[in-house]
Amino acid sequence: MSRTIRIAGFILLCVAAAAIVGPWFSPHDYLTTDFGGPLLPPSAADARYFGTDDLGRDLFVRTMTGVRVTLVVALVASLVSLVIGVAYGATAGFVGGRVDAVMMRFVDTLYALPFIFLVILLMVAFERNFLLIFVAIGAINWLDMARIVRGQTLSLREQEFVQAAQLIGVGTFGIIRRHIAPNLVGIVVVYLTLTIPQAILVESFLSFLGLGVQEPQTSLGSLVNGGVAQMEAAPWLLLIPAALLALILMAFNFLGDGLRDYFDARKSS
Amino acid sequence: MSLLDVTGLTIRYGEDVVVDSVDIFVERGESVGLVGESGSGKTQSAMAILGLLSRRAQVSGSIEFDGQPLLGRAEAELDRFRARRIGIVFQDPMQALNPYLRAGRQLRQILLRHGLASGAEADARVVEMLERVGLPDPERQFRAYPHEMSGGIRQRVMLAAALIAEPELLIADEPTTALDVTVQAQILQLLEDIRDETALLLITHDLGVIAGHCEHMIVLEQGRVVDAGPTTSLFAAPGHEHTRRLIEAAPRVDRGEPPAPVSSTTVLSVGNAVVDYDDQRAVNDVSFAVHAGETVAVVGESGSGKSSLVRGLLGLLPLAAGRVIYAGERLAGPVQKRAQAQRRDLQLVFQDPLSALDPQMRVRTIVEEPLVIHEAGLTAAERRARVIAVLEKVGLGEKYLRRFPHELSGGQAQRVSIARALVLGPKVLVCDEAVAALDGTVRRQVLELLAREQRESGLSIVFISHDLAVVRTISHRVLVMYAGRLVESAESRTLFASPRHPYTRALLDSIPVPDPVVAPRRAVLGGEVPSLMEPPAGCVFHPRCPRAAGICSEKVPALRNVGGSRVACHFAE
Repeated sequence: MSRTIRIAGFILLCVAAAAIVGPWFSPHDYLTTDFGGPLLPPSAADARYFGTDDLGRDLFVRTMTGVRVTLVVALVASLVSLVIGVAYGATAGFVGGRVDAVMMRFVDTLYALPFIFLVILLMVAFERNFLLIFVAIGAINWLDMARIVRGQTLSLREQEFVQAAQLIGVGTFGIIRRHIAPNLVGIVVVYLTLTIPQAILVESFLSFLGLGVQEPQTSLGSLVNGGVAQMEAAPWLLLIPAALLALILMAFNFLGDGLRDYFDARKSS
Repeated sequence: MSLLDVTGLTIRYGEDVVVDSVDIFVERGESVGLVGESGSGKTQSAMAILGLLSRRAQVSGSIEFDGQPLLGRAEAELDRFRARRIGIVFQDPMQALNPYLRAGRQLRQILLRHGLASGAEADARVVEMLERVGLPDPERQFRAYPHEMSGGIRQRVMLAAALIAEPELLIADEPTTALDVTVQAQILQLLEDIRDETALLLITHDLGVIAGHCEHMIVLEQGRVVDAGPTTSLFAAPGHEHTRRLIEAAPRVDRGEPPAPVSSTTVLSVGNAVVDYDDQRAVNDVSFAVHAGETVAVVGESGSGKSSLVRGLLGLLPLAAGRVIYAGERLAGPVQKRAQAQRRDLQLVFQDPLSALDPQMRVRTIVEEPLVIHEAGLTAAERRARVIAVLEKVGLGEKYLRRFPHELSGGQAQRVSIARALVLGPKVLVCDEAVAALDGTVRRQVLELLAREQRESGLSIVFISHDLAVVRTISHRVLVMYAGRLVESAESRTLFASPRHPYTRALLDSIPVPDPVVAPRRAVLGGEVPSLMEPPAGCVFHPRCPRAAGICSEKVPALRNVGGSRVACHFAE
């Protein structure tokens, strides 16, 4: 394991741990308003570590809950894309032929849909709903995953070690389980770590547009959105959530890079 | 003063010394061979001469060309030597040519860059050069992209690029290794023809090429020169143990008694097999039988259909027509539809062991897999014992169990591949160019291993190879294929003593013999293997055949018995 992987992994663990236990160490909660102290700057006094927002809500607790929401959205959306994408891509790639052609044309069709427009329609039709965000984000991410897994499966299927397994007498299912799947792990893990930041960004974008999580619930994206409104009076409302968002995204990207190098090195060298 | 004078050349990568105090001298008009196994530092030494090593390499010693030092010069100064005075040809012409530029433009650039010609004159010189390297239609090759050319034509274009500025020295790094033997003979002949103007530093692992084409040779082992001197005297009396081993390990196509037939009990037979590949007929109506305990060699150049034939036999490619009969039963087409008992009896060893071994599996799991499938009753400990036993049989021990394929050398990986094929005790083992990628000494060990297994367990081997010298040492019978057809089949003794088909004869003549005394150049077969998209009418070999007559382009010759051989030629006698 390289240093990149360890450092990025460590940062992500710290952020996740802080988001989970952090709010317990604060006397405040994320929705109680305090009209006595709106827009307080960060200070240790009264445990306002990150200050308060325009409604006097505690920004530290709000940010930590925001990180929770963001991470959960990202993980669930990536999981959706992982399950659908890998199953779909591996099936198309291994079966091949006409099945593959039909399955991939379906993916192409979905690609052609204007995603944001679709999400807005969904929001309007079903009223805003946390679950809907997962579904919407997962629904675009699995397309890329399916394409990547299919391509990899296609090339693995032609490898000589698969022919060797057929000659030995391994059945189709055995070949997928013993030879194709383990060789997909590398690329899937790498792609997943790159999907997560994408999901986070989409969630932040939706929240920024006001289409994401609903007040008083919050996420990093909606916090940044709120911070922009108060940018001049209270810059910390923008800077703190934005900095955390950037940190998380960068850590995931570095993790992906590190993992790619790790899996590449094992294949060749 | 030598044309090229390299003394005390040492190349390091950090702590690693890959080339250690190597001396190389090349005189004008001379041809010097640099020989060694993979990893001996021969390519690194050549790259250092032209300043083509990566920046991480620390190079010391002295490199002088025509009295001028090359080492330590700036790139811009080196550019005045490269191509202009020292040409280079690499092993893989596909990688050395720019895929987006037509061949003519790439050659023209060299002339323009060195200010040797411009405009229409440059074009004319390029075409003239393409003609000189033996391209039949130079005007057309001038406009062709690299992917439109065959390997042999590409290598000639590379040679034309290396020679167009009329350099005084040509460095050729395994220039014919990737080519078919008949094309190799043509290229080597060409290098011979230009020797008066251009001296040659030839890097190769093939002692046959050195023996036939170099006056001097330098033997490298692990970065050091172990032997150097005139080729004839080194072959007659090697100065170093390593040289002697190399010469002994080099198989000879011209001597040695091929193994005599062992039995006539048929184990496996293929009848009228046809394999289609896209729009091409890769195998056209081929029949043969494999007897118990014998080795049948299938030989031919690329595109001859030998690999497709055995893949059809094994059920990895569909047979468009024909049948495979094993132990009296007709086998199903695709391997997935064959009975497990039939599958365990027919095994394959691939050419490239690294792609034939699952990169995510350890050696133990790889060799164990057949046992898990076919002998489910074994306990883990019994399986482990069986795996260790078969690994020891192929010359690897217990300590390899936990290795991954990328942690093995090519030779070790090929042994693992063989161990996997042997662990179930198959009846027929197909080896598809199984030793082609291995160094001489390792190749010999693997061949001995196969022969021993055959003696001990009565294994039948189908041995696919383009190398008739190797075939001569191990096979009982030989099938010669050309452009998808079987052109001759005979017992090895008969075939090597009196080849009947003109193609077999040309193939035998093209193989370099590792002995400078008996290596006079024989008639070189012109042309190339035809495209399978549009095979020639009549006899597929007639466009290249020295004996072709009118009937050859009209009527496909049938196989007939001629003096103990079966030959498909109208004129065989």
